[in-house]
Amino acid sequence: MARIAIDPISRIEGHLRIEVQVDEGAVKDAWASSTMFRGIEIILKGRDPRDAWAITQRACGVCTTVHAFASVRAVEDALKITIPNNARILRNIIEGIQFVQDHVIHFYHLHALDWVDVVSALDADPAATSELAQSISDWPKSSADYFKGVKDKLAAFVGSGQLGPFANAYWGHPAYKLPPAANLMAVAHYLEALDWQRDVIRAHALLGSKNPHLQTYLVGGMATPIDPTSQAAINADTIAMLKGLFHTAKEFVDKVYLPDVLAIAPFYLDWAAIGGGVGNYLAYGEFPDKDGTQFLPQGYILNKDLGKVYPLDHKKITEHVAHSWYEYDDEKKGKHPWEGETRPKFTGPQPPYKFLETDQKYTWMKAPRLNETPMEVGPLARMLVAYASGQPQVKQTVDLALKTLGVGADALFSTLGRTAARCIETVILADQLGAWTDELAANIKAGDIQIHVGSEMWDPKNWPAEADGWGHIEAPRGALGHWVKIKDQKILNYQMVVPSTWNCSPRDAKGQQGPYESALMGTPIADEAKPLEVLRTIHSFDPCMACGVHLLDVNGDEVNQVTFQSTDSMSAPLIRLSPDK
Amino acid sequence: MKIVAEPNKVQTLVLGVGNTLLSDEGVGVHVVERLVKLYNIPEEVQVLDGGTLGMDLLYYLEGVENLLLVDAVEAHREPGALIRLSGDEVPAFLSIKISPHQLGVPDMLAAAKLKGSFPQNIVLWGVQPASLEVGLELSETIAPLMDTLVEKVAGELRQWGHVLSPIA
Repeated sequence: MARIAIDPISRIEGHLRIEVQVDEGAVKDAWASSTMFRGIEIILKGRDPRDAWAITQRACGVCTTVHAFASVRAVEDALKITIPNNARILRNIIEGIQFVQDHVIHFYHLHALDWVDVVSALDADPAATSELAQSISDWPKSSADYFKGVKDKLAAFVGSGQLGPFANAYWGHPAYKLPPAANLMAVAHYLEALDWQRDVIRAHALLGSKNPHLQTYLVGGMATPIDPTSQAAINADTIAMLKGLFHTAKEFVDKVYLPDVLAIAPFYLDWAAIGGGVGNYLAYGEFPDKDGTQFLPQGYILNKDLGKVYPLDHKKITEHVAHSWYEYDDEKKGKHPWEGETRPKFTGPQPPYKFLETDQKYTWMKAPRLNETPMEVGPLARMLVAYASGQPQVKQTVDLALKTLGVGADALFSTLGRTAARCIETVILADQLGAWTDELAANIKAGDIQIHVGSEMWDPKNWPAEADGWGHIEAPRGALGHWVKIKDQKILNYQMVVPSTWNCSPRDAKGQQGPYESALMGTPIADEAKPLEVLRTIHSFDPCMACGVHLLDVNGDEVNQVTFQSTDSMSAPLIRLSPDK
Repeated sequence: MKIVAEPNKVQTLVLGVGNTLLSDEGVGVHVVERLVKLYNIPEEVQVLDGGTLGMDLLYYLEGVENLLLVDAVEAHREPGALIRLSGDEVPAFLSIKISPHQLGVPDMLAAAKLKGSFPQNIVLWGVQPASLEVGLELSETIAPLMDTLVEKVAGELRQWGHVLSPIA
């Protein structure tokens, strides 16, 4: 029996620590911890609720727009504001392209390296790579010369000794199954995705007036004016540019991302039976149409049963702290976010430490529960709720993917299912962006240029003395909620329950594991010093802890480390990154 | 803050990074905000509030010759100590020491290197933070250093041949 700690686990953002107990080559127990404190809610108390979005969007460097968005929706819900049609469509477009860009980045720049061995790509034959690429897609960048160029560039980069994004990986690990040609193809697409994402996210600059931190959100609508006759507003040129960018986005998703996922998956079909987790899936739903019907529906599924979608009552959401470094008066009970508290009380070990005290409190994440049940959120949850609700685009695309891979719907409840669901969602949304842009164009053409609800409810003197609001949004990583209580025109309480809090949840008072913890149970581990398999499942959730927590790194200079030791003797010397125990 | 839609015109990128919710952690962002309030920025210079973004900033790095980063830096010095790093010191420093978003900007620079769009000159101006507590304001130790830091940044831009005139 060995205990392994991986800290931090995410390649780009934040600080997530995973500890697993391994016995006979498989995970027997798992704990997920966020090692930094969150405290943004504390800043918001007493402020003007109309300013909250600008503060909350600084919570995370990866998902600025979604926090701004959730915040304005929370205040609009509290003040009973219905935004104009154009604002609704603009929000759908801004959010939709965020999903598409974020999912592609996640796959190529965070997750693919769990499946693709970059060093093996150096052994690839460019001609064989070209043959493979042309067999799966008509994407034009597929000649042997092209892949030779990529291989040369990669060789020079690896030769320079500064591996950057490719450092701290487990190249050569036996769990890598792709042939060298597939690895080289994926590296080429990794590079192409860098250029692609840089181009498509220009949509945010076009619509947001300031990028990277958008300045267009406003309680009651949007701040970007629509005026067909003005160069400084959203006009026909903007629409044409958006259409062009969204065409570029869709081409890459249809001809590179989807074919890559479908080509890589058959080498890893064993992962369709690993990493399932809690089996309960929650979606707040997103992308309302003019009648308020969501393009991706709201609801939840229990125990992997696609036969029933339950309607959501957000009042049944609570956050527990029995295993979190916070204080409640009664820690056996959870609290709804409107009554939520952020009273930090760190009782964990002082660094440097080997392992967390996982039988007590062990994380800065609270434990959100719906009806006292842990729920997974994210693309898989959204696709499952939509699939079970009969959403036609989702049904068709999911069925096509399952048929192509020759697997049944059971395969969705897995690490591979999570990764495939993210791709399927990207395909569907990349297609929908054009439709939303057409809807905006048609509105403008019909003479509707209203973008904000107007000044009446903007003016605090027209607000009720007290108001409660829930702003819900689907962020790329999953269901995101901001809960606000307003009293005397000021914020009385503000709580954010972010997607990673649902997924990275610790145990609750009843001892129920969170989704990460549950998903790791039974995961095979080939080499305890190189727990690649743990990374695969955790990365399949697209962890981003920055918004959940404080950014201070208490350890200072430890960038990425794995520690493990035999728990037969806890006093055994600590071994780091060493293959022999 | 300005957005430049034609990145090919941009020679120099000034990137203030950090989290403005964590007091001194956001010093880089505060410095660049102050820079554009005090000076007319020539069109070949782009000044950006990079926040805690990583890879998303790659777009702005395209074709840039000079990169000037402004950030809070853990250099194990007295709070308020000013730090200047240049050339290879910058990514090397970022990859070892903390800046709390160390997994963002260094990855961005490495990706730029891989793509062959690495800037010729890189300078980092930083300050040892006094407080990383939750809060929108700079600490009493760091706040008085803002003008000095802005002048260091302006001086660096002048060294690269840019003309900065004060806003009257």
